[in-house]
Amino acid sequence: MATTTQIPAAPAPARHRPKRRWGATVFGLAVLAVMLFPLYWMINTALQPDASLVDVGPVPTGLDFSGFTSALTEQGGNLLTSLAVALGAVAICLAVSAPAAYGLAQFKLRGSRTIVFGTLITQMVPGIVIANALYSAYVDLGLVNSYFGLMLADASLGIPFAIVLMRSFMVSIPHEVIEAAEVDGAGRFRTFVQVVLPMSRNSLITAGLFSFLYAWSDFMFALTLNTTDDVKPITLGIYQYIGAHVGDWGSVMAASVLSAIPAAVLLVLSQKYIAAGITGGSVK
Amino acid sequence: MSSTTASAAALPADPKASTAGAAKKPVNPRSAKRRRSLAQWGFIAPAVIFMALFFGYPLVRNIVMSFQDYSPSTFFTGKAPFNGLDNWTNVFEDGLFGKALWQTILFTVGSLVGQFCIGLALAVFFTRRFPLNGILRSLILLPWLVPMVVSGIVWRRIFDQDTGVLNSFLGTVGLPGDTPWLTSTSMALISVILVNIWIGIPFNMVILYGGLQEVPKELHEAASLDGASAWRTFRSVTLPMLKPVITVVLVLGFMSTVKILDLVLALTDGGPADSTQTLGTLTYQNSFVQMDFGAGAVVGNILILISAVFAVFYLRVNRNEGK
Repeated sequence: MATTTQIPAAPAPARHRPKRRWGATVFGLAVLAVMLFPLYWMINTALQPDASLVDVGPVPTGLDFSGFTSALTEQGGNLLTSLAVALGAVAICLAVSAPAAYGLAQFKLRGSRTIVFGTLITQMVPGIVIANALYSAYVDLGLVNSYFGLMLADASLGIPFAIVLMRSFMVSIPHEVIEAAEVDGAGRFRTFVQVVLPMSRNSLITAGLFSFLYAWSDFMFALTLNTTDDVKPITLGIYQYIGAHVGDWGSVMAASVLSAIPAAVLLVLSQKYIAAGITGGSVK
Repeated sequence: MSSTTASAAALPADPKASTAGAAKKPVNPRSAKRRRSLAQWGFIAPAVIFMALFFGYPLVRNIVMSFQDYSPSTFFTGKAPFNGLDNWTNVFEDGLFGKALWQTILFTVGSLVGQFCIGLALAVFFTRRFPLNGILRSLILLPWLVPMVVSGIVWRRIFDQDTGVLNSFLGTVGLPGDTPWLTSTSMALISVILVNIWIGIPFNMVILYGGLQEVPKELHEAASLDGASAWRTFRSVTLPMLKPVITVVLVLGFMSTVKILDLVLALTDGGPADSTQTLGTLTYQNSFVQMDFGAGAVVGNILILISAVFAVFYLRVNRNEGK
């Protein structure tokens, strides 16, 4: 760091630099190791036989998949529930927020600024407050313990974010492109579907990705809007599991590993969208 | 599917579309304008309706509910008579509310300070160029992407007093290895804060890293030519430039921390002896465990009020900066 003040004297720093850089890499690896240790420990515990005992080894000796087998038999259905609910929530979220984002980005309508502001404000409403009021409304509407009810509630986690994110992208679509399509006779809706949506593909993917993660990770609505076991996502399944079988850590951790897989897969497949989404959420 | 829509976009001049357009009758400009804006509202209306139902309605409903007497039988009989300020006085007279409020403050401030400081340090670290930088940076995101409830349960295992890896590690290196992380009233809140810091680091790091990328390199060069030390440059050049991003990070962090529920339920269920009870968990306990939705609504309203005060403050600061 002290060398920053030096005037670069041609070849000398070049020889030093690789060494110093690898030092940073080593430090970075150490940070990563600390940060990911809990996730490693989750996998490690899931693979150990007798994971409930005191001495869980630092590495699994002799892989034992019985935790996974029992997790799959007992939680497999809940994983599918999570998948169905999350996909449904993504569909609702994109269907509602993509047209709105487009409208707010491109139409000069009175009141659209207020709506954008309102969208930002909704992100500040605590989820438990929503659940509190929603529960009694859901009881009246017969939406408690239903897939559709949970999908709708989970979609609400992603909609404000998706609108803000996609709108900030769609603002930059040149007006001429849209006008050209309309001059060519395409209706407003056709223009939206055939011109705007394909152009906004990246922001759609990012918004979809995040609404999937929100819905997949949702625990609060799953906990509060279901009174029976009919609709039980994996997050609720694991929570109840730990209440019932605290001794069987192997299966609990195996179920946790399974529930974390979508996040890991998404991270690997769509790194750039994830980073864009996290920063996009902060852009006003 | 994406390939077909993409090719359709390349050919906006669809022959079928132009025949549809030709069928339009000439209309007077004013009603045409109104029709246009009506059609445009059609795009926005579903989202507005959705948000009114899922955000607006609960806000109003919570205020009404806080003046109603809910009991477990309400959901069978449908009767929730109004009871004036009973819920409010009950909540305020119960010592648990003050305790939960204080713990919420400790939890929020502790989490934010920890997340932000470590997140900023890592963000600065990752602005250096070194091999594997990109991969390491994106892998650090993983804890943030795992469902919070799952993180909580994993940490509950790690924190276990007798069989958890944390205590057995501390014992091995010669430190006291019998800390009751989650089971003592003095340690539980600290442990929950530590886990929340762990969860929040990636988010803080990514946003602050993005902000640091925007700081012009020339400014750093100028500062170092002037003989400023690295720390001085950071304090006097980088931090002021980063201020808007810092505000955003802290506001978003505050909003997500103050209402936290999943993590606390997974780690401690609010215990032991309510030592990790926060306003979020108290709302849940009142409504969904005691089935007293009126009391839950009172705590929920206070939670909203805190968020609102903070939001107004944030908007003020933002507006002043714009000037």
